[in-house]
Amino acid sequence: MTSDDWIAIRLTAQLAAVATLLLLLIGTPLAWWLARTRSALKPVAASLVAMPLVLPPTVLGFYLLLLMGPHGPVGQLTQSLGLGRLPFTFAGLVVASVLYSMPFVVQPLQQAFEAIPERTLEAAATLRAGPWDRFFSVALPLARPGLLTATVLGFAHTVGEFGVVLMIGGNIPGSTRVLSVALYDHVEAAEFADAHRLAAGMVAFAMLVLVTLYVVNRPRRDGTAGAR
Amino acid sequence: MIEAHLRLARGAFTLDVSLALPERGVSALFGPSGCGKTTLLRALAGLERAEGRVAMGGEVWQDDASSVFMPAHRRDLGYVIQEAALFPHLDVQRNLDYGRRRLPPDRQVIALDPIVELLGISHLMQRHTGSLSGGERQRVAIARALASSPRLLLMDEPLAALDAQRKAEVLPYLHRLHESLAIPIVYVSHAIDEVAQLANHLVLLDQGRVVSAGPLAEMLARLDLPTARGESAGVVLDAVVVERDARWQLVRLAVAAGEASLWARDQGLPLGQAVRVRVLARDVSLARAPQTGTSIGNQLRGTIEAVADDDHPALALVRVRVGGAPVVARLTRRSADALQLAPGLEVWAQVKTVALME
Repeated sequence: MTSDDWIAIRLTAQLAAVATLLLLLIGTPLAWWLARTRSALKPVAASLVAMPLVLPPTVLGFYLLLLMGPHGPVGQLTQSLGLGRLPFTFAGLVVASVLYSMPFVVQPLQQAFEAIPERTLEAAATLRAGPWDRFFSVALPLARPGLLTATVLGFAHTVGEFGVVLMIGGNIPGSTRVLSVALYDHVEAAEFADAHRLAAGMVAFAMLVLVTLYVVNRPRRDGTAGAR
Repeated sequence: MIEAHLRLARGAFTLDVSLALPERGVSALFGPSGCGKTTLLRALAGLERAEGRVAMGGEVWQDDASSVFMPAHRRDLGYVIQEAALFPHLDVQRNLDYGRRRLPPDRQVIALDPIVELLGISHLMQRHTGSLSGGERQRVAIARALASSPRLLLMDEPLAALDAQRKAEVLPYLHRLHESLAIPIVYVSHAIDEVAQLANHLVLLDQGRVVSAGPLAEMLARLDLPTARGESAGVVLDAVVVERDARWQLVRLAVAAGEASLWARDQGLPLGQAVRVRVLARDVSLARAPQTGTSIGNQLRGTIEAVADDDHPALALVRVRVGGAPVVARLTRRSADALQLAPGLEVWAQVKTVALME
Protein backbone atom coordinates (compact mmCIF):
# COMPACT_ATOMS: atom_id res chain seq x y z
CA MET A 1 0.00 0.00 0.00
CA THR A 2 1.26 3.47 -0.84
CA SER A 3 1.86 6.13 1.81
CA ASP A 4 -0.88 8.18 0.14
CA ASP A 5 -3.25 5.32 0.84
CA TRP A 6 -2.27 5.31 4.52
CA ILE A 7 -2.88 9.03 4.69
CA ALA A 8 -6.31 8.49 3.14
CA ILE A 9 -7.09 5.71 5.64
CA ARG A 10 -6.11 7.88 8.59
CA LEU A 11 -8.07 10.83 7.25
CA THR A 12 -11.14 8.62 6.73
CA ALA A 13 -10.94 7.30 10.29
CA GLN A 14 -10.62 10.85 11.64
CA LEU A 15 -13.54 12.06 9.59
CA ALA A 16 -15.74 9.14 10.63
CA ALA A 17 -14.84 9.53 14.31
CA VAL A 18 -15.51 13.28 14.41
CA ALA A 19 -18.71 12.94 12.37
CA THR A 20 -20.00 10.08 14.53
CA LEU A 21 -19.39 12.03 17.71
CA LEU A 22 -21.27 15.03 16.34
CA LEU A 23 -24.00 12.77 14.98
CA LEU A 24 -24.60 11.26 18.41
CA LEU A 25 -24.63 14.67 20.08
CA ILE A 26 -27.14 16.05 17.61
CA GLY A 27 -28.98 12.87 16.69
CA THR A 28 -29.79 11.64 20.22
CA PRO A 29 -31.90 14.63 21.30
CA LEU A 30 -33.42 14.79 17.83
CA ALA A 31 -34.36 11.09 17.96
CA TRP A 32 -35.76 11.52 21.48
CA TRP A 33 -37.88 14.43 20.30
CA LEU A 34 -39.10 12.51 17.24
CA ALA A 35 -39.94 9.48 19.37
CA ARG A 36 -41.96 11.40 21.99
CA THR A 37 -43.45 14.41 20.26
CA ARG A 38 -47.05 14.78 19.15
CA SER A 39 -46.14 17.94 17.25
CA ALA A 40 -47.52 18.53 13.77
CA LEU A 41 -43.93 19.24 12.69
CA LYS A 42 -42.89 15.63 13.31
CA PRO A 43 -43.55 14.30 9.76
CA VAL A 44 -41.66 17.22 8.26
CA ALA A 45 -38.69 16.80 10.60
CA ALA A 46 -38.65 13.03 10.08
CA SER A 47 -38.71 13.53 6.30
CA LEU A 48 -35.83 15.99 6.39
CA VAL A 49 -33.76 13.55 8.44
CA ALA A 50 -34.59 10.69 6.04
CA MET A 51 -33.86 12.72 2.88
CA PRO A 52 -30.28 11.42 2.35
CA LEU A 53 -31.74 7.89 2.14
CA VAL A 54 -33.56 8.68 -1.10
CA LEU A 55 -31.58 11.53 -2.67
CA PRO A 56 -28.49 10.89 -4.79
CA PRO A 57 -25.50 12.05 -2.70
CA THR A 58 -24.50 14.37 -5.49
CA VAL A 59 -27.73 16.35 -5.09
CA LEU A 60 -27.03 16.89 -1.42
CA GLY A 61 -23.43 17.72 -2.21
CA PHE A 62 -24.42 20.21 -4.88
CA TYR A 63 -26.71 22.17 -2.60
CA LEU A 64 -24.24 22.07 0.25
CA LEU A 65 -21.61 23.42 -2.09
CA LEU A 66 -23.90 26.32 -3.00
CA LEU A 67 -24.87 26.98 0.64
CA MET A 68 -21.33 26.85 1.96
CA GLY A 69 -19.73 28.57 -1.01
CA PRO A 70 -18.54 32.20 -0.92
CA HIS A 71 -21.96 33.52 -1.97
CA GLY A 72 -24.12 31.06 -0.05
CA PRO A 73 -25.71 32.08 3.29
CA VAL A 74 -23.71 29.53 5.27
CA GLY A 75 -20.53 30.55 3.48
CA GLN A 76 -21.11 34.23 4.23
CA LEU A 77 -21.80 33.38 7.87
CA THR A 78 -18.61 31.32 8.26
CA GLN A 79 -16.58 34.06 6.56
CA SER A 80 -18.02 36.82 8.72
CA LEU A 81 -17.19 34.70 11.78
CA GLY A 82 -13.63 34.42 10.53
CA LEU A 83 -13.90 30.69 9.94
CA GLY A 84 -13.19 30.94 6.23
CA ARG A 85 -14.91 28.79 3.66
CA LEU A 86 -15.99 25.24 4.26
CA PRO A 87 -15.87 23.63 0.80
CA PHE A 88 -12.66 21.72 0.06
CA THR A 89 -11.74 21.58 3.75
CA PHE A 90 -11.88 18.85 6.38
CA ALA A 91 -14.48 20.86 8.34
CA GLY A 92 -16.67 21.03 5.25
CA LEU A 93 -16.47 17.26 4.92
CA VAL A 94 -17.50 16.87 8.55
CA VAL A 95 -20.56 19.08 8.06
CA ALA A 96 -21.56 17.19 4.92
CA SER A 97 -20.97 13.79 6.53
CA VAL A 98 -23.10 14.69 9.54
CA LEU A 99 -26.02 15.65 7.31
CA TYR A 100 -25.53 12.70 4.99
CA SER A 101 -25.30 10.05 7.75
CA MET A 102 -28.01 11.56 9.95
CA PRO A 103 -30.76 9.01 9.14
CA PHE A 104 -28.45 6.11 9.95
CA VAL A 105 -28.02 7.48 13.47
CA VAL A 106 -31.42 9.01 14.15
CA GLN A 107 -33.59 6.15 12.93
CA PRO A 108 -32.20 3.31 15.09
CA LEU A 109 -32.17 5.66 18.08
CA GLN A 110 -35.72 6.79 17.42
CA GLN A 111 -36.91 3.20 17.15
CA ALA A 112 -35.15 2.31 20.38
CA PHE A 113 -36.71 5.29 22.19
CA GLU A 114 -40.16 4.51 20.76
CA ALA A 115 -39.89 0.95 22.10
CA ILE A 116 -39.66 2.23 25.68
CA PRO A 117 -43.15 2.06 27.20
CA GLU A 118 -44.51 5.38 28.44
CA ARG A 119 -45.42 3.70 31.73
CA THR A 120 -41.78 2.82 32.43
CA LEU A 121 -40.86 6.49 32.17
CA GLU A 122 -43.89 7.42 34.27
CA ALA A 123 -42.78 4.92 36.90
CA ALA A 124 -39.47 6.79 37.04
CA ALA A 125 -41.36 10.09 37.37
CA THR A 126 -43.34 8.77 40.34
CA LEU A 127 -40.02 7.65 41.85
CA ARG A 128 -38.87 11.26 42.02
CA ALA A 129 -36.88 11.37 38.77
CA GLY A 130 -37.20 14.62 36.79
CA PRO A 131 -37.18 14.77 32.98
CA TRP A 132 -33.37 14.88 32.52
CA ASP A 133 -32.89 12.26 35.20
CA ARG A 134 -35.44 9.97 33.47
CA PHE A 135 -33.66 10.40 30.17
CA PHE A 136 -30.23 9.48 31.49
CA SER A 137 -31.23 6.83 34.05
CA VAL A 138 -33.98 5.03 32.11
CA ALA A 139 -34.31 6.05 28.45
CA LEU A 140 -30.65 6.01 27.48
CA PRO A 141 -29.77 2.69 29.18
CA LEU A 142 -32.86 1.04 27.68
CA ALA A 143 -31.99 2.41 24.24
CA ARG A 144 -28.47 1.03 24.48
CA PRO A 145 -28.77 -1.50 21.63
CA GLY A 146 -30.15 1.27 19.41
CA LEU A 147 -27.33 3.56 20.50
CA LEU A 148 -24.77 0.95 19.54
CA THR A 149 -26.41 0.35 16.17
CA ALA A 150 -26.56 4.10 15.53
CA THR A 151 -22.87 4.56 16.38
CA VAL A 152 -21.72 1.71 14.16
CA LEU A 153 -23.94 2.61 11.22
CA GLY A 154 -23.06 6.30 11.48
CA PHE A 155 -19.35 5.51 11.52
CA ALA A 156 -19.48 2.88 8.76
CA HIS A 157 -21.66 4.99 6.53
CA THR A 158 -19.34 7.97 6.84
CA VAL A 159 -16.40 5.74 5.94
CA GLY A 160 -18.22 4.62 2.83
CA GLU A 161 -19.45 7.92 1.43
CA PHE A 162 -18.22 9.05 -1.95
CA GLY A 163 -20.55 11.33 -3.89
CA VAL A 164 -20.90 14.03 -1.27
CA VAL A 165 -17.16 14.01 -0.61
CA LEU A 166 -16.39 14.50 -4.23
CA MET A 167 -18.80 17.43 -4.53
CA ILE A 168 -17.77 19.17 -1.30
CA GLY A 169 -14.24 18.11 -0.64
CA GLY A 170 -12.70 17.31 -3.92
CA ASN A 171 -9.52 15.30 -3.79
CA ILE A 172 -6.91 17.03 -1.65
CA PRO A 173 -4.45 14.55 -0.10
CA GLY A 174 -4.31 14.76 3.69
CA SER A 175 -7.27 17.11 3.82
CA THR A 176 -10.21 15.75 1.88
CA ARG A 177 -8.91 12.71 0.00
CA VAL A 178 -10.67 9.90 1.83
CA LEU A 179 -10.60 6.13 1.19
CA SER A 180 -13.42 5.95 -1.31
CA VAL A 181 -11.87 8.72 -3.38
CA ALA A 182 -8.44 7.12 -3.21
CA LEU A 183 -9.97 3.88 -4.44
CA TYR A 184 -11.59 5.72 -7.31
CA ASP A 185 -8.25 7.29 -8.25
CA HIS A 186 -6.54 3.88 -8.30
CA VAL A 187 -9.21 2.49 -10.62
CA GLU A 188 -8.98 5.54 -12.88
CA ALA A 189 -5.23 5.04 -13.10
CA ALA A 190 -5.72 1.30 -13.76
CA GLU A 191 -3.79 0.42 -10.53
CA PHE A 192 -5.98 -2.58 -9.87
CA ALA A 193 -3.72 -4.21 -7.28
CA ASP A 194 -3.84 -1.05 -5.14
CA ALA A 195 -7.57 -0.75 -5.72
CA HIS A 196 -8.01 -4.36 -4.57
CA ARG A 197 -6.11 -3.78 -1.33
CA LEU A 198 -8.33 -0.84 -0.40
CA ALA A 199 -11.58 -2.43 -1.58
CA ALA A 200 -10.95 -5.78 0.11
CA GLY A 201 -9.95 -3.96 3.26
CA MET A 202 -13.23 -2.09 3.29
CA VAL A 203 -15.22 -5.28 2.68
CA ALA A 204 -13.46 -6.93 5.62
CA PHE A 205 -14.03 -3.85 7.80
CA ALA A 206 -17.74 -3.72 6.97
CA MET A 207 -18.16 -7.44 7.63
CA LEU A 208 -16.35 -7.21 10.96
CA VAL A 209 -18.45 -4.25 12.06
CA LEU A 210 -21.76 -5.87 11.15
CA VAL A 211 -20.94 -9.26 12.73
CA THR A 212 -19.88 -7.50 15.93
CA LEU A 213 -23.09 -5.51 15.92
CA TYR A 214 -25.32 -8.55 15.49
CA VAL A 215 -23.45 -10.54 18.12
CA VAL A 216 -23.58 -7.79 20.72
CA ASN A 217 -27.21 -6.87 20.02
CA ARG A 218 -28.62 -10.39 19.83
CA PRO A 219 -31.61 -10.94 22.11
CA ARG A 220 -30.74 -12.29 25.53
CA ARG A 221 -32.45 -15.26 27.07
CA ASP A 222 -34.13 -13.14 29.74
CA GLY A 223 -35.93 -11.13 27.09
CA THR A 224 -33.95 -7.91 27.20
CA ALA A 225 -31.79 -6.86 24.29
CA GLY A 226 -28.16 -5.94 24.29
CA ALA A 227 -25.22 -6.05 26.61
CA ARG A 228 -25.37 -4.72 30.11
CA MET B 1 -57.21 14.76 54.39
CA ILE B 2 -56.53 14.10 50.73
CA GLU B 3 -58.49 16.68 48.85
CA ALA B 4 -59.11 16.78 45.11
CA HIS B 5 -61.32 18.80 42.83
CA LEU B 6 -60.52 17.81 39.29
CA ARG B 7 -61.99 18.38 35.88
CA LEU B 8 -60.78 16.99 32.60
CA ALA B 9 -62.56 16.75 29.25
CA ARG B 10 -61.40 14.33 26.61
CA GLY B 11 -63.66 13.84 23.62
CA ALA B 12 -67.04 12.67 24.83
CA PHE B 13 -65.67 11.81 28.27
CA THR B 14 -65.62 14.31 31.12
CA LEU B 15 -64.10 13.71 34.51
CA ASP B 16 -65.56 16.02 37.11
CA VAL B 17 -64.98 15.01 40.71
CA SER B 18 -64.64 16.40 44.20
CA LEU B 19 -63.05 14.10 46.72
CA ALA B 20 -62.11 14.24 50.36
CA LEU B 21 -60.34 11.03 51.34
CA PRO B 22 -59.16 10.12 54.83
CA GLU B 23 -55.43 10.26 55.44
CA ARG B 24 -55.55 6.80 56.97
CA GLY B 25 -56.31 3.40 55.53
CA VAL B 26 -57.27 2.29 52.05
CA SER B 27 -59.62 4.35 49.90
CA ALA B 28 -60.98 2.43 46.94
CA LEU B 29 -61.99 4.10 43.68
CA PHE B 30 -64.51 1.65 42.31
CA GLY B 31 -66.59 1.63 39.16
CA PRO B 32 -67.11 0.03 35.75
CA SER B 33 -64.55 0.21 32.93
CA GLY B 34 -64.36 3.68 31.47
CA CYS B 35 -65.77 5.41 34.56
CA GLY B 36 -62.59 7.47 34.87
CA LYS B 37 -61.02 5.87 37.93
CA THR B 38 -57.61 5.41 36.31
CA THR B 39 -57.71 8.92 34.83
CA LEU B 40 -58.55 10.28 38.28
CA LEU B 41 -55.65 8.39 39.87
CA ARG B 42 -53.27 9.64 37.18
CA ALA B 43 -54.48 13.19 37.74
CA LEU B 44 -53.82 12.80 41.47
CA ALA B 45 -50.30 11.70 40.62
CA GLY B 46 -49.73 14.58 38.23
CA LEU B 47 -49.30 12.20 35.28
CA GLU B 48 -52.45 13.58 33.70
CA ARG B 49 -53.11 17.29 33.41
CA ALA B 50 -56.57 17.97 34.81
CA GLU B 51 -57.90 21.33 35.89
CA GLY B 52 -58.48 22.00 39.54
CA ARG B 53 -56.89 21.46 42.90
CA VAL B 54 -55.12 18.62 44.70
CA ALA B 55 -53.90 18.87 48.27
CA MET B 56 -52.32 16.15 50.37
CA GLY B 57 -52.55 16.79 54.10
CA GLY B 58 -52.21 20.54 53.75
CA GLU B 59 -49.52 20.44 51.05
CA VAL B 60 -50.89 21.81 47.80
CA TRP B 61 -49.85 19.72 44.80
CA GLN B 62 -51.98 21.51 42.31
CA ASP B 63 -54.07 24.63 42.37
CA ASP B 64 -54.87 26.10 39.00
CA ALA B 65 -56.50 29.12 40.66
CA SER B 66 -53.03 30.16 41.83
CA SER B 67 -51.11 28.52 38.95
CA VAL B 68 -49.55 25.80 41.07
CA PHE B 69 -48.79 22.50 39.39
CA MET B 70 -46.22 20.13 40.82
CA PRO B 71 -45.06 17.58 38.24
CA ALA B 72 -45.26 13.92 39.27
CA HIS B 73 -41.60 13.71 40.31
CA ARG B 74 -42.04 16.47 42.90
CA ARG B 75 -45.13 14.90 44.50
CA ASP B 76 -44.49 12.81 47.56
CA LEU B 77 -46.21 9.68 46.26
CA GLY B 78 -45.74 6.08 45.21
CA TYR B 79 -47.51 4.70 42.18
CA VAL B 80 -48.11 1.05 41.35
CA ILE B 81 -49.79 -0.10 38.15
CA GLN B 82 -51.11 -3.37 36.79
CA GLU B 83 -48.07 -4.00 34.58
CA ALA B 84 -45.57 -3.35 37.42
CA ALA B 85 -43.35 -1.34 34.99
CA LEU B 86 -40.10 -2.47 36.60
CA PHE B 87 -36.90 -1.16 35.03
CA PRO B 88 -35.69 -4.02 32.82
CA HIS B 89 -32.07 -2.77 32.80
CA LEU B 90 -31.77 -2.95 36.59
CA ASP B 91 -31.89 -5.92 38.95
CA VAL B 92 -34.40 -6.06 41.79
CA GLN B 93 -32.08 -4.40 44.30
CA ARG B 94 -31.39 -1.49 41.99
CA ASN B 95 -35.06 -1.16 41.14
CA LEU B 96 -35.73 -0.77 44.85
CA ASP B 97 -32.90 1.74 45.19
CA TYR B 98 -34.11 3.90 42.29
CA GLY B 99 -36.61 6.11 44.11
CA ARG B 100 -34.81 5.80 47.41
CA ARG B 101 -31.53 7.20 46.08
CA ARG B 102 -33.34 10.31 44.88
CA LEU B 103 -34.37 11.24 48.40
CA PRO B 104 -32.07 12.86 50.97
CA PRO B 105 -31.30 10.42 53.83
CA ASP B 106 -33.13 12.52 56.43
CA ARG B 107 -36.35 12.10 54.47
CA GLN B 108 -36.05 8.32 54.08
CA VAL B 109 -38.61 7.58 56.77
CA ILE B 110 -39.34 4.05 55.55
CA ALA B 111 -36.46 1.62 55.94
CA LEU B 112 -35.79 -0.81 53.10
CA ASP B 113 -35.30 -4.01 55.08
CA PRO B 114 -38.76 -4.16 56.69
CA ILE B 115 -40.37 -3.55 53.30
CA VAL B 116 -38.35 -6.30 51.67
CA GLU B 117 -39.36 -8.52 54.57
CA LEU B 118 -43.00 -7.43 54.44
CA LEU B 119 -43.33 -8.22 50.76
CA GLY B 120 -41.33 -11.42 50.93
CA ILE B 121 -38.81 -10.54 48.25
CA SER B 122 -35.50 -10.84 50.12
CA HIS B 123 -34.55 -13.91 48.07
CA LEU B 124 -35.09 -12.00 44.81
CA MET B 125 -32.76 -9.06 45.38
CA GLN B 126 -30.02 -10.09 42.95
CA ARG B 127 -32.45 -11.39 40.32
CA HIS B 128 -32.97 -9.78 36.95
CA THR B 129 -36.53 -8.47 36.55
CA GLY B 130 -37.12 -10.53 33.40
CA SER B 131 -36.93 -13.76 35.39
CA LEU B 132 -39.64 -12.84 37.96
CA SER B 133 -43.16 -14.29 38.01
CA GLY B 134 -46.16 -11.96 37.74
CA GLY B 135 -46.79 -12.02 41.48
CA GLU B 136 -43.13 -11.39 42.26
CA ARG B 137 -42.98 -8.48 39.82
CA GLN B 138 -45.98 -6.90 41.47
CA ARG B 139 -44.51 -7.30 44.95
CA VAL B 140 -41.23 -5.74 43.79
CA ALA B 141 -43.17 -2.86 42.22
CA ILE B 142 -44.99 -2.23 45.50
CA ALA B 143 -41.74 -2.42 47.47
CA ARG B 144 -40.07 -0.04 45.02
CA ALA B 145 -42.85 2.51 45.46
CA LEU B 146 -42.72 2.22 49.26
CA ALA B 147 -38.93 2.40 49.39
CA SER B 148 -39.11 5.99 48.15
CA SER B 149 -40.88 6.89 51.44
CA PRO B 150 -44.04 8.35 49.91
CA ARG B 151 -46.73 10.10 51.92
CA LEU B 152 -49.40 8.55 49.71
CA LEU B 153 -49.52 5.29 47.79
CA LEU B 154 -51.58 5.16 44.60
CA MET B 155 -52.40 1.73 43.20
CA ASP B 156 -54.08 1.13 39.85
CA GLU B 157 -55.49 -2.40 39.74
CA PRO B 158 -52.25 -3.90 41.00
CA LEU B 159 -53.76 -7.39 40.95
CA ALA B 160 -55.68 -7.24 37.68
CA ALA B 161 -52.97 -8.84 35.56
CA LEU B 162 -52.60 -11.79 37.93
CA ASP B 163 -54.45 -15.11 37.89
CA ALA B 164 -56.47 -16.18 40.93
CA GLN B 165 -53.54 -18.02 42.46
CA ARG B 166 -51.10 -15.10 42.13
CA LYS B 167 -53.77 -12.76 43.40
CA ALA B 168 -54.14 -14.87 46.52
CA GLU B 169 -50.35 -14.72 46.83
CA VAL B 170 -50.15 -10.90 46.73
CA LEU B 171 -53.32 -9.97 48.66
CA PRO B 172 -52.00 -10.89 52.12
CA TYR B 173 -49.02 -8.59 51.50
CA LEU B 174 -51.35 -5.70 50.68
CA HIS B 175 -53.16 -6.40 53.92
CA ARG B 176 -50.03 -6.29 56.00
CA LEU B 177 -49.05 -3.14 54.19
CA HIS B 178 -51.72 -0.90 55.54
CA GLU B 179 -51.62 -2.59 58.91
CA SER B 180 -47.92 -1.98 59.47
CA LEU B 181 -47.41 1.31 57.61
CA ALA B 182 -49.35 4.45 58.27
CA ILE B 183 -49.38 5.46 54.60
CA PRO B 184 -52.78 6.17 53.11
CA ILE B 185 -53.51 4.16 49.97
CA VAL B 186 -55.79 5.09 47.09
CA TYR B 187 -56.68 1.86 45.34
CA VAL B 188 -58.34 1.66 41.93
CA SER B 189 -60.29 -1.51 41.26
CA HIS B 190 -63.22 -2.88 39.34
CA ALA B 191 -63.31 -6.06 41.47
CA ILE B 192 -65.66 -5.70 44.44
CA ASP B 193 -64.04 -8.72 46.13
CA GLU B 194 -60.71 -6.88 46.35
CA VAL B 195 -62.42 -3.75 47.55
CA ALA B 196 -64.37 -5.63 50.23
CA GLN B 197 -61.18 -7.22 51.41
CA LEU B 198 -58.87 -4.20 51.45
CA ALA B 199 -60.72 -0.91 51.56
CA ASN B 200 -61.80 1.21 54.50
CA HIS B 201 -63.30 3.98 52.44
CA LEU B 202 -65.16 3.59 49.17
CA VAL B 203 -65.68 6.04 46.32
CA LEU B 204 -68.13 4.90 43.64
CA LEU B 205 -67.50 6.40 40.22
CA ASP B 206 -69.59 6.32 37.08
CA GLN B 207 -69.09 8.23 33.84
CA GLY B 208 -66.49 10.51 35.31
CA ARG B 209 -68.53 11.50 38.36
CA VAL B 210 -68.66 10.47 42.01
CA VAL B 211 -71.89 8.54 42.57
CA SER B 212 -71.34 8.24 46.29
CA ALA B 213 -68.52 8.07 48.81
CA GLY B 214 -68.17 7.00 52.43
CA PRO B 215 -66.87 4.38 54.86
CA LEU B 216 -66.85 0.92 53.24
CA ALA B 217 -69.19 -0.88 55.64
CA GLU B 218 -71.83 1.85 55.37
CA MET B 219 -71.55 2.01 51.60
CA LEU B 220 -71.87 -1.74 51.10
CA ALA B 221 -74.99 -1.78 53.28
CA ARG B 222 -76.75 0.81 51.16
CA LEU B 223 -79.43 -0.70 48.95
CA ASP B 224 -79.63 2.25 46.56
CA LEU B 225 -76.08 1.88 45.22
CA PRO B 226 -74.92 -0.34 42.34
CA THR B 227 -72.70 -2.23 44.81
CA ALA B 228 -75.88 -3.81 46.26
CA ARG B 229 -76.58 -5.46 42.91
CA GLY B 230 -75.00 -8.56 41.45
CA GLU B 231 -73.82 -11.87 42.78
CA SER B 232 -70.96 -10.45 44.83
CA ALA B 233 -73.12 -7.94 46.70
CA GLY B 234 -72.81 -8.16 50.46
CA VAL B 235 -71.69 -6.42 53.62
CA VAL B 236 -68.43 -6.43 55.56
CA LEU B 237 -68.43 -6.58 59.35
CA ASP B 238 -65.68 -5.94 61.85
CA ALA B 239 -65.27 -8.94 64.10
CA VAL B 240 -63.05 -10.37 66.83
CA VAL B 241 -62.12 -14.03 67.28
CA VAL B 242 -63.47 -14.82 70.77
CA GLU B 243 -63.86 -18.60 71.08
CA ARG B 244 -62.44 -21.76 69.56
CA ASP B 245 -64.35 -25.01 69.20
CA ALA B 246 -61.50 -27.47 68.78
CA ARG B 247 -63.77 -30.47 68.27
CA TRP B 248 -65.51 -29.04 65.20
CA GLN B 249 -62.68 -26.83 63.96
CA LEU B 250 -64.77 -23.67 64.28
CA VAL B 251 -64.20 -20.25 65.78
CA ARG B 252 -66.76 -17.84 67.19
CA LEU B 253 -66.57 -14.29 65.95
CA ALA B 254 -68.07 -11.43 67.91
CA VAL B 255 -69.66 -8.91 65.56
CA ALA B 256 -71.63 -5.70 66.11
CA ALA B 257 -69.47 -4.79 69.12
CA GLY B 258 -70.13 -8.12 70.77
CA GLU B 259 -73.90 -7.98 70.41
CA ALA B 260 -73.97 -10.92 68.00
CA SER B 261 -71.86 -13.94 67.08
CA LEU B 262 -71.02 -15.84 63.94
CA TRP B 263 -69.34 -19.22 63.70
CA ALA B 264 -66.78 -19.68 60.96
CA ARG B 265 -64.18 -22.22 59.91
CA ASP B 266 -61.08 -22.16 62.10
CA GLN B 267 -58.14 -20.85 60.08
CA GLY B 268 -55.79 -20.84 63.03
CA LEU B 269 -56.20 -17.20 63.99
CA PRO B 270 -55.42 -16.45 67.64
CA LEU B 271 -58.16 -15.47 70.09
CA GLY B 272 -58.52 -11.72 70.32
CA GLN B 273 -57.51 -11.22 66.68
CA ALA B 274 -59.52 -8.54 64.89
CA VAL B 275 -60.77 -9.70 61.51
CA ARG B 276 -62.99 -8.53 58.73
CA VAL B 277 -65.92 -10.72 57.79
CA ARG B 278 -67.79 -10.68 54.54
CA VAL B 279 -71.39 -11.83 54.35
CA LEU B 280 -72.86 -12.00 50.86
CA ALA B 281 -76.50 -11.04 50.40
CA ARG B 282 -77.19 -14.28 48.54
CA ASP B 283 -76.02 -16.29 51.58
CA VAL B 284 -78.48 -14.66 53.98
CA SER B 285 -82.08 -15.79 54.40
CA LEU B 286 -84.67 -14.33 56.76
CA ALA B 287 -87.19 -15.90 59.12
CA ARG B 288 -89.83 -14.42 61.42
CA ALA B 289 -88.80 -16.73 64.26
CA PRO B 290 -85.64 -18.56 65.33
CA GLN B 291 -85.34 -21.78 63.35
CA THR B 292 -84.76 -25.28 64.60
CA GLY B 293 -84.08 -28.31 62.47
CA THR B 294 -81.89 -26.33 60.08
CA SER B 295 -78.28 -26.93 59.10
CA ILE B 296 -77.54 -23.23 59.32
CA GLY B 297 -75.81 -22.53 62.63
CA ASN B 298 -75.58 -18.76 62.36
CA GLN B 299 -78.78 -16.99 63.28
CA LEU B 300 -78.76 -13.29 64.10
CA ARG B 301 -81.68 -11.43 65.58
CA GLY B 302 -82.24 -7.99 64.12
CA THR B 303 -84.63 -5.37 62.89
CA ILE B 304 -85.48 -4.64 59.27
CA GLU B 305 -84.29 -1.19 58.25
CA ALA B 306 -85.05 -1.10 54.56
CA VAL B 307 -86.51 -3.15 51.73
CA ALA B 308 -85.65 -2.46 48.10
CA ASP B 309 -86.07 -4.02 44.67
CA ASP B 310 -83.13 -5.83 43.15
CA ASP B 311 -82.38 -5.64 39.42
CA HIS B 312 -84.33 -8.78 38.61
CA PRO B 313 -88.07 -8.28 39.21
CA ALA B 314 -88.24 -11.54 41.14
CA LEU B 315 -85.74 -10.41 43.78
CA ALA B 316 -85.74 -8.05 46.73
CA LEU B 317 -82.98 -6.73 48.97
CA VAL B 318 -83.54 -6.38 52.70
CA ARG B 319 -81.27 -4.62 55.17
CA VAL B 320 -81.41 -5.91 58.72
CA ARG B 321 -79.73 -4.09 61.60
CA VAL B 322 -78.11 -6.59 63.95
CA GLY B 323 -77.00 -4.63 67.00
CA GLY B 324 -74.97 -1.85 65.40
CA ALA B 325 -74.13 -3.80 62.27
CA PRO B 326 -76.08 -3.99 59.03
CA VAL B 327 -76.62 -7.26 57.14
CA VAL B 328 -78.15 -7.40 53.68
CA ALA B 329 -80.25 -10.34 52.50
CA ARG B 330 -81.38 -11.13 48.98
CA LEU B 331 -84.71 -12.97 48.78
CA THR B 332 -87.44 -13.53 46.25
CA ARG B 333 -90.14 -10.90 46.37
CA ARG B 334 -92.61 -13.70 46.87
CA SER B 335 -90.88 -14.67 50.14
CA ALA B 336 -90.69 -11.04 51.22
CA ASP B 337 -94.39 -10.70 50.57
CA ALA B 338 -95.30 -13.98 52.28
CA LEU B 339 -93.35 -12.95 55.40
CA GLN B 340 -94.77 -9.41 55.18
CA LEU B 341 -91.29 -7.97 55.57
CA ALA B 342 -91.30 -4.27 56.26
CA PRO B 343 -89.07 -1.77 58.09
CA GLY B 344 -89.32 -2.09 61.87
CA LEU B 345 -90.10 -5.78 61.83
CA GLU B 346 -88.00 -8.11 63.98
CA VAL B 347 -86.47 -10.99 61.99
CA TRP B 348 -83.86 -13.70 62.27
CA ALA B 349 -81.13 -13.57 59.66
CA GLN B 350 -79.69 -16.96 58.83
CA VAL B 351 -76.17 -16.71 57.49
CA LYS B 352 -75.05 -19.68 55.44
CA THR B 353 -71.46 -18.69 54.66
CA VAL B 354 -69.09 -16.34 56.40
CA ALA B 355 -65.94 -15.33 54.55
CA LEU B 356 -63.16 -14.51 56.96
CA MET B 357 -60.64 -11.93 55.77
CA GLU B 358 -57.53 -11.47 57.82
